Amino acid sequence: MTKQQANWSPYDNNGGTCVAIAGADYCVIAADTRMSSGYNILTRDYSKIIQLADKSVMASSGFQADVRALQKVLASRHLLYQHQHNKQMSCPAMAQLLSNTLYYKRFFPYYAFNVLGGLDNEGKGCVFTYDAVGSYERVGYSSQGSGSTLITPFLDNQLKSPSPLLLPAKDAVTPLSEAEAIDLVKTCFASATERDIYTGDKLEIIVLNASGIRQEYMELRKD
Amino acid sequence: MSVNNFTEPKFLVGPILRVLNRVRRQYIQNPVSTLHTLCNDVVCKMFRNQYDTDVTTWSPAGRLFQVEYAMEAVKQGSAAIGLRSKSHVVLACVNKANSELSSHQKKIFKVDDHVGVAIAGLTADGRVLSRYMRNECINYFYTYESQLPVGRLVVQLADKAQVCTQRSWKRPYGVGLLVGGLDESGAHLYYNCPSGNYFEYQAFAIGSRSQAAKTYLERKFVSFMASSRENLIKDALFALRETLQGEKLTSSACTIAVVGVGEAFHILDQETVQALINEFEIAGEEAAAPDQAGVDEPSAADDQAAPVDQSAAPMDM
Repeated sequence: MTKQQANWSPYDNNGGTCVAIAGADYCVIAADTRMSSGYNILTRDYSKIIQLADKSVMASSGFQADVRALQKVLASRHLLYQHQHNKQMSCPAMAQLLSNTLYYKRFFPYYAFNVLGGLDNEGKGCVFTYDAVGSYERVGYSSQGSGSTLITPFLDNQLKSPSPLLLPAKDAVTPLSEAEAIDLVKTCFASATERDIYTGDKLEIIVLNASGIRQEYMELRKD
Repeated sequence: MSVNNFTEPKFLVGPILRVLNRVRRQYIQNPVSTLHTLCNDVVCKMFRNQYDTDVTTWSPAGRLFQVEYAMEAVKQGSAAIGLRSKSHVVLACVNKANSELSSHQKKIFKVDDHVGVAIAGLTADGRVLSRYMRNECINYFYTYESQLPVGRLVVQLADKAQVCTQRSWKRPYGVGLLVGGLDESGAHLYYNCPSGNYFEYQAFAIGSRSQAAKTYLERKFVSFMASSRENLIKDALFALRETLQGEKLTSSACTIAVVGVGEAFHILDQETVQALINEFEIAGEEAAAPDQAGVDEPSAADDQAAPVDQSAAPMDM
């Protein structure tokens, strides 16, 4: 007798792409707003980005039900932290919390591919990139989701330092200005939209800097 | 060197003779129960009565003394006051530090954006209950994505307090909580006491010398519902000043917190409080003076009479 296989999957992939770029004193986090299932579009106007704390913004692609559940868990944990410590969580602290939360479900993971962006304790931009089970790393830029294979090589070309093996280790943040970084992000998504069917409709951009948080939208191709 | 040892014969003579006399009289009336009460009497000379050893023992009058003693602890704490209008709730309390070197006790806790609590009594118990309330609010929000209604929160809190009045291995929480919050049905102020009872109030005061504040509030409460936010805070400050019995009210000795429509629960910072005190103090000086003389006597008599009073058990009121 052959082993019984499940005839349904608890997961679904709602597609979408997320990008984050860290600057000297800012951070840009962006994601498209298309939500799909298979070859269908469920909605053209769904935000994948959430502000977890004063200086932490998370963008997640993958299975949006799991993403929503993850967002709620993190929001509750942040509230608890604020009660206990009388202050907001820093971005590196939130990064660790997200990693732990993801690994907690190591054997039934959140189907969520996250990028966490924000400002660290010194006010510099920071980006953390994750896999589904919590492995994370601080980087200068990152892309996750269905369009990441198209965007990451392009960002490598534009932002990657000459050689990461050179000493002294160079800062992870990009020398680009805020406006240049936003422009770069728009270019990335415009390109990814052309070839990735799951990316498109609208681009939501969040910019975090010393003066606060700002939101921008850009139309993308709807086909 | 000789140490004053209380087992020396001369110290026990008085109490023993009294006990023996009572026993003699009792024996004449009822020989059987005398032996039973004899042992208790000798041992219980130190306690107020023989039914207060643990919370699971009723007294013949139908009272749980441990719970009443817990409420006594609330009366010993420094004063906390709450008042509410249709749209706002103000919590105020006196912050007494142990000494000039130490920091003030934290008596007001934010539970959620829409709820806060002021405590009087064992502040450690208060801290633990605040943590419980915070968790309840967070969990409710996680499940329902809406704020936990204040009325529900106080019931949960009261049920938690009741558990401690019916377990032999627990003791009642020694803290009274003034829970002030806002929900869909408006602004609310509740008082949760160690007995597990809770009541909703227009205005209330707990802790030491709270009777003075209550007297002030009783005079003014009719106007609270329609009161503006500023007037509500003013009345809170005045009520707080009543409990200080002549001492100067300064922002370093008190804490004020506000929650209202469009205003999340927050504790006012010292500068704001001092500015308000200065603003109201001048107008308030003349009005406060005649009150203080009349308030002193009733408050002193009330505090002493309550525990010894056999007629009405406090927790039933």
